[in-house]
Amino acid sequence: MRLSLAPIPYFWPRERVEAFYGAAAGWPVDVVYLGEVVCGKRLELRLEDWIAIGERLAAAGKEVVLSTQALIEAESELARMERLCRNGRFAVEANDLGAVHVLAEAGVPFVVGPHVNVYNTATLALLAGLGARRWVPPVELPGRVLARVLAGRPGGLEVEVTAYGRLALAFSARCFTARADNVPKDACELRCRHDPEGRLMETQDGRALFVANGVQIQSAAPCNLAAELDAMREMGVDLLRVVPDATATAEAVALLAEAVSGRRDPADTARALAALRPGAGACNGYWHGRAGLDWREALPA
Amino acid sequence: MRRPELVCPAGTLPALRAAVESGADAVYVGLRGATNARNFPGLNLTPRELAEGVRHAHAAGARVFLALNTYPGPEEWPEAEAAVDAAAEAGVDALIAADPGLLARARERHPDLALHLSVQGSATNRRAIGFYHERLGIRRVVLPRVLSLAQVRRLVERLPVEVEVFAFGSLCVMVEGRCMLSSYVTGESPNRCGVCSPAKAVRWEEGPEGRSVRLNGVLVERFGPGEPAGYPVLCKGRFRVGGHVYHAIEEPTSLNVLDILPELVRCGVAALKVEGRQRSPAYVAQVTRVLREALDACLADPEGYRPDPAWVAALDRVSEGSTHTLGALDRPWM
Repeated sequence: MRLSLAPIPYFWPRERVEAFYGAAAGWPVDVVYLGEVVCGKRLELRLEDWIAIGERLAAAGKEVVLSTQALIEAESELARMERLCRNGRFAVEANDLGAVHVLAEAGVPFVVGPHVNVYNTATLALLAGLGARRWVPPVELPGRVLARVLAGRPGGLEVEVTAYGRLALAFSARCFTARADNVPKDACELRCRHDPEGRLMETQDGRALFVANGVQIQSAAPCNLAAELDAMREMGVDLLRVVPDATATAEAVALLAEAVSGRRDPADTARALAALRPGAGACNGYWHGRAGLDWREALPA
Repeated sequence: MRRPELVCPAGTLPALRAAVESGADAVYVGLRGATNARNFPGLNLTPRELAEGVRHAHAAGARVFLALNTYPGPEEWPEAEAAVDAAAEAGVDALIAADPGLLARARERHPDLALHLSVQGSATNRRAIGFYHERLGIRRVVLPRVLSLAQVRRLVERLPVEVEVFAFGSLCVMVEGRCMLSSYVTGESPNRCGVCSPAKAVRWEEGPEGRSVRLNGVLVERFGPGEPAGYPVLCKGRFRVGGHVYHAIEEPTSLNVLDILPELVRCGVAALKVEGRQRSPAYVAQVTRVLREALDACLADPEGYRPDPAWVAALDRVSEGSTHTLGALDRPWM
């Protein structure tokens, strides 16, 4: 089993992005996904910049994949997505069926990202036939459903499960960061750059529920599936994905790497991961076929 | 000028009859079971009712579409396939679906069955819509409610498929097909279960702070005395962000395009859709009648068209929060 790093969901300044991947080059991750997945206005780094970061990661032995934007509406966003798909250097993670269409036309093998709706074997086989070589299931897919889909898995297709980090739950045309600041989206001044981990949305009785990250809504609690390691291995999951945050991504990767290599007990890893963000809680409900925000404590080792 | 089809919802046979009598050009329905995005108790048709509905609508010159717009997992797959077959057998005029694998199966088994891409297909650009058209043969796309009027116009110009847009009803703020707020809190989502913020997860409480409403224990909204209390969908609740409590995602409101009807008609949309298969026959009749009248007025004299205040008032009365918006069709909303 290998580890991967999802694209950074937040809008960080270029220096912070470069420092993050400079450090990640030394982390025990095998695959690194790069690119802006959330908002077409976040143009701090261009395709050339991402490719340059990718080259440094590739030189450090990482497999590099460029990720496309999830919600694409404007022609400018479409043009950037098509350029990214035809970059000619690195593999691509398609995060909508438009990107799948472009990649299939170009005959380039691709990763089906978590924002493409694949819930059954028929759709998975269709995409595999068009060149998909890895699949990141939607985060709401329960483990037992995943196991059933994988029972009919197309040959050669890898599966990567989001195992740690805040979950992307929704995208909109509306920017919730701009709304919070009471400014129109067209005059947003990229205010999300001041929120390295988005903005917490709490219920009126003080429960941290969601995070506003520009046009995206995330779960406030990080997902934590470390305790399910053995079950995932048994059903043939190939990679575990970590969603970056500004707090403890290096630590999360290190803990999961220890668990994957058998040096740390999975349930103990789950507890150690939950301790990385004190007070943020943790969730694994989706995996167990329950409300996503539920947390089912792992049994003591 | 193209005459757009008025497509109205029906959760039951009485609602279907009401829609047809009130001037719908087409009615969309669901089959009972977990195969469609309005999987509410007591709603949707049996295969026999579907056949009866089709006969009734066809006799009145109206068309019938069957919505099968969840993403079936392996456990639901046989039921979804059976629903595709039932649609073809009942002679519906189109199948509205989202799942690529299921659309492929429908095309293979029933090559003459017209396929419409559901809004749940989440196709928001011409390449994504092109995927469904070129690879799966869809003839019409129902656009997610995230596009501006200018973007809708450009898609109509450039796409080889018909374009259907939402004209009235509850407003999804998130791009349809990629919203998991409901399943995160309740375990059930539109994609997997055909529901959003399901009624069985709702709990009302009276307390010193007023009336509270929770979804699976999570506080979505607290209403002060005299404040109208709406249904607790997560995207219309009040949350605390940066010390302020407000509708952080959207206020309770409904989509209503009466203000820009001539622009929509002029840009060549093939159909205008009314949301609400969960609504009563009376609601369906009232909304269909108003939109029929408005659309006919607009087609007769697009230059002179003005939304009649009586239409707007009638629709606001049945709207969430008794108010309306153009949503993403109007850029400042974003």
